[in-house]
Amino acid sequence: MMGETVKIRVDDRELEVQRGTLLIEACRAAGIEVPSFCYYPGLSLQAACRMCLVEIEKAPKLQTACTVPVTEGMIVRSNTEQVTQARRSMLEFLLGNHPLDCPVCDKGGECELQDMVFRYGASESRYGEAKRHVEEQQWSPVVYFDAPRCILCYRCVRVCDEGMGVGALSVVNRGVHTEIAPNHGDHLECEECGMCIDICPVGALTSGAYRYKARPWEMQYTSTICTHCGDGCKTTLSVRNNKILRGNNRDRSGINGEFLCIKGRYAYDFVEHPSRLRQPLIRRGRELVETTWEEAIGTVAAKWSEILARRNKAANNTLAETSEKRSEGFGVIGSNHTTNEENYLLQKFARTVLQTNHVDHHRTADYAALIHALANESAEQPSQAQRPPLARSKDIVGASAILLVGNNPTEQHPLIAWNIREACRLNGARLYIIHSRRIPLLRQSHRFLPLGLGHEADALRHLCGEPEATQALLGETPSGDNVTADLLNDFRNRLQEEKDVIVVFGDEITGPDVSLLIRMGSRLSGQTRYIALGDYSNSRGASDMGLLPHLLPGYRPVGDAAARAFFEDRWKSPIPATVGLSVDDMVAATLQGGMDALYVVGANPLKGRNPEDFCGKTFLVVQDLFLQETAQAADVVLPAASAYEKSGTVTNTCGELQRLRKAVGVLGTRTDLQIFASLAAAMGATLHPSQPEEALEEIRQMVPEYNIPLANVLAGGAEAVLNPNGFKPLAAPAETSGRVYSAQDTLFTSGTLGRFSNILNLVPERNIRKEPGPA
Amino acid sequence: MQFTPQLEDKLKKLMRNYPIKRSALIPMLLFAQDEQGFLSQETIAEIAGRLELTVPQVEETISYYSMLRKKPAGKYHLQVCTNISCLLRGGEELFEHARKKLRLAPGETTPDNLFSLEEVECIGACAWAPAIQVNYQFHHELTPERFDQLIRELERSRT
Repeated sequence: MMGETVKIRVDDRELEVQRGTLLIEACRAAGIEVPSFCYYPGLSLQAACRMCLVEIEKAPKLQTACTVPVTEGMIVRSNTEQVTQARRSMLEFLLGNHPLDCPVCDKGGECELQDMVFRYGASESRYGEAKRHVEEQQWSPVVYFDAPRCILCYRCVRVCDEGMGVGALSVVNRGVHTEIAPNHGDHLECEECGMCIDICPVGALTSGAYRYKARPWEMQYTSTICTHCGDGCKTTLSVRNNKILRGNNRDRSGINGEFLCIKGRYAYDFVEHPSRLRQPLIRRGRELVETTWEEAIGTVAAKWSEILARRNKAANNTLAETSEKRSEGFGVIGSNHTTNEENYLLQKFARTVLQTNHVDHHRTADYAALIHALANESAEQPSQAQRPPLARSKDIVGASAILLVGNNPTEQHPLIAWNIREACRLNGARLYIIHSRRIPLLRQSHRFLPLGLGHEADALRHLCGEPEATQALLGETPSGDNVTADLLNDFRNRLQEEKDVIVVFGDEITGPDVSLLIRMGSRLSGQTRYIALGDYSNSRGASDMGLLPHLLPGYRPVGDAAARAFFEDRWKSPIPATVGLSVDDMVAATLQGGMDALYVVGANPLKGRNPEDFCGKTFLVVQDLFLQETAQAADVVLPAASAYEKSGTVTNTCGELQRLRKAVGVLGTRTDLQIFASLAAAMGATLHPSQPEEALEEIRQMVPEYNIPLANVLAGGAEAVLNPNGFKPLAAPAETSGRVYSAQDTLFTSGTLGRFSNILNLVPERNIRKEPGPA
Repeated sequence: MQFTPQLEDKLKKLMRNYPIKRSALIPMLLFAQDEQGFLSQETIAEIAGRLELTVPQVEETISYYSMLRKKPAGKYHLQVCTNISCLLRGGEELFEHARKKLRLAPGETTPDNLFSLEEVECIGACAWAPAIQVNYQFHHELTPERFDQLIRELERSRT
C-alpha cells in the first residue's frame, strides 16, 4: 500500500518516495551510495558513526542521512568535496585507535571498515599517539570480544536488546574508554545466538567456533536448511576441505533473513563428532561389529525376503496361520530430519515392498488434524477459501494481531519468536497469549490468559462463548494470579475486535481440539490463519509425505479405496487397507515379540530405554548417524548421511518447501535415499525413483499440495505448499492413532541429535537456564 | 531492598515528574547515592526493577556519568576540573598539587575516609577558574596555597 509520496532531488536525480522514508533508505533504493556503519534496517536509529553525512540545502551543516526523513522539495548532495572530506575524516577518526591487524583478523576480506576505508578512506593517518590497547576477552564458548577493534556502532547492543529481546550487551564508560560489556561482569549469560558476532561490521566480536581458522575467500559457501528445529532457517555453511567451519546467513536470503539461533549458527558440529557411524555394523552374538556395506545390505535383504515369503505363505494358508503365533510383520519408523523425497520413498517402500501400513514417526504437531479441519472448514464456507488459511513464517511480521496458544517459541521456535518480536516492535502487532507458563514472550504480550496445565481447550471453548468453559478457567493460578470473569471476557472481547489474526499453537492443541481451534478462529473477523508448531526440520514433511499409519501422502486415508487406488495405479503394487500401528504400538509389540522386523530410519524411539530389553525381540535394522539406544539394540546398523551431506527438500512447520544442498560428505555413510534403493534392489524389488529430483517430481504428481512452482525453491528460496482448500477436502475423517507430543527441546537441545553437538553441550546456559514458571 | 522513608518520599515525588519511567533514572540514582554514599549492586538492581530497565542499562548510565559511583567516596569528595578554562588557569597544576598533598591517585580515598579525589570534566565554573567542587560545594579561583587552606579548614571541621 503506497502512502503519500514526496519529490526530492539527490545529486542530479529526481526521486519520488513515500513520505516519512529515511533519506538513507531513499538514496539506497535509488542506487545512490550513502555509507554507514551504525544504521541498520529494523533496528532503532543511533546516528553514532557519522558516515552517512550528506549536504542538505538550507541546512547549516552536514546532516546524517540515517535520521532525516525526506520532505517535499528536499535537495540533497551526496558527492560534493565536503561530503567526501567528511567521510574521509570520520574514517581517520575510526582508525585512530583501530589496530591494523587485518592480516590476522577474522573479519579481513569481509570487513565493512576495510571496505569503507578502501573506497572512501584516508590513506594516511595523522594520529601519532600510542594506541589504547585492551586484551581480548572471552565472554562465552562462542563469543569473544576484542575491544580495540570496536568502532562503537552499537549494532550488537541493539540487535541483542531489540531483535532478540535479551539485552545482554551494554555500553559502559565514556569517551575513549567506552566499551561494549557483557551482562555478567566478565561473561555473558544469554541465548548464545551469535547475532552480535554476525552483525558486527568489524572483527570486534568473533565466533569461538570459527576464529582464526580460515580466510573468507578460501571457503566455499553452501546455503542449505538448518537441520534442527521446525522453523526451517536458511544457514549458509562455509566449507573448506570438506569441513564446515561456520554457519551464518549474511546475505539475508531465505525466510529468516539474517536470523539464526545457536543451532543454525553453530550446531553443525555433530557432522564430524568422533562417535559418528562411518561403517555398517552387524550383530554377531552379543556384539555389534563393523562390516561391509555389501554384507549389511545383503543380510537385511535376505532376512526381509525370508519374512515376506513366510508371511505370504501364511496368508495363502490360513490353517498354518492359526497354528502360528500372530505377528504384525514389518514395522517402519521414519524420521523428522530426513528429506521429503526420503520420507516419501520410505513409506512407499514400506507400503509396497514390505506390504505394511505400520509406518509412523515421532509426531510433534497434529498437522493431519489441522489440514483435515481446514479442509472441512473451507468446504462449509467456500467464501473463506480465497486466502490461504495457513500462514507463512514471515506473515507473522505483518500481522496486526497474533494469538499464541501453548508452546514456548523463544526456546522451541526461535525464528517464530524473532518474527513475533519484530511484529510487535516494528508494526505494533498485538500479541494475545494463552498459556500455562510464564513464557518470555509475555514481555511483548498485549493480553495474557493464564491457565492451569491442560486447560487450553477450555480457553478455546471460552472464546467460542461456552459458559461452562469460562467457569473452569476461573480462580487462582499457581503463580497467584486471580483469573476473574472480567479478565476472561476482556481477553475474548479484545480478540474479537481484531481482524486477520494469525493463530500459532503448539502440541497443547491436538486431535479434536484442533477443530475447536479452527471453529474459534472462524468466528474472528477477516481471514484467520494458522501455524502449527512441530519440533524438527522436517516434521511437517514427514506428515505430508505419509509417514503415518493411517494416512497416505497428502493426508489421504489408507482406508479409502479410491485414495488407495490412485497410489496403487501409479506404484503398480497393492497397498494394505488396514490402519497400521503407531510408534508406541510398534515399540510395545516389539517388546511382546510381536514384530517380525522393525526398520528405524533416522529416529530413536527407544530413547531413555534400556536397549538390552529389545535385543533379539525382533529383527531390528537401524539407519542413523549415531549409535543411540535404538541402534544399540539393532541387528544391523546402517550409517546414514546427515541433512548437511545430501540434497533434497524439506518442509518447515509453516509448510514452506525449501531445498537442502550438500555441503560436505562423510566417508563411509550413504544417504537414506541411496540405502532404500540398495535394499530394494537386493530384495529383487523395484523402488523408483532413485534420484532426489525424480522423487520430487513424483511427489508433485501424487501430492497436489506439492504441485507448486519450483523455480524459487531451486534458486534457494521458499515456496509455500498449497493449502488444503486448494484441492478437494478429504473424503473421510482422519482417524487419530498414536500420540502427538513435543520433545520440549530448548535452545540448547535438539532431540537426540543435540547430544552430539559439542557447542550445544559446552554453553553454560544449557544447565543454568530456568524453565518458565507456571502461569 | 528497603530505602529510608525520606528517600522513598523523594522517589515518589520524582516519579510523578516524568511521563516515561526511565527518565527518572539519573535523579533517582543521585538521590540514592546522596543517602547511601555510593550505588551498591543491590541499589542498582532495585532501581532497575522500579524503572523496568535491565541491570546492564543502569550500569551503562552509571559508568557514563562521573558523578555516579559504585564505591564509597570520602566524606569530602574533591572534584578538580581540568577542562579548557581551568586548564588555562592552572587546573592541571592544581590537580597535581592535590594528588601530592593528599597522597591520592584519582579515584582513591584517604585511609581515614575523609578525602577522596577525582579529576572531572567541566563543572560549569569557567568564569572563576580554576575551580573545584567538594561534594555539592564550589570553591573558586584556587591556588595551591588556597587549596591547602581549604584542606586545613575541612580537616578542622571533622571534629
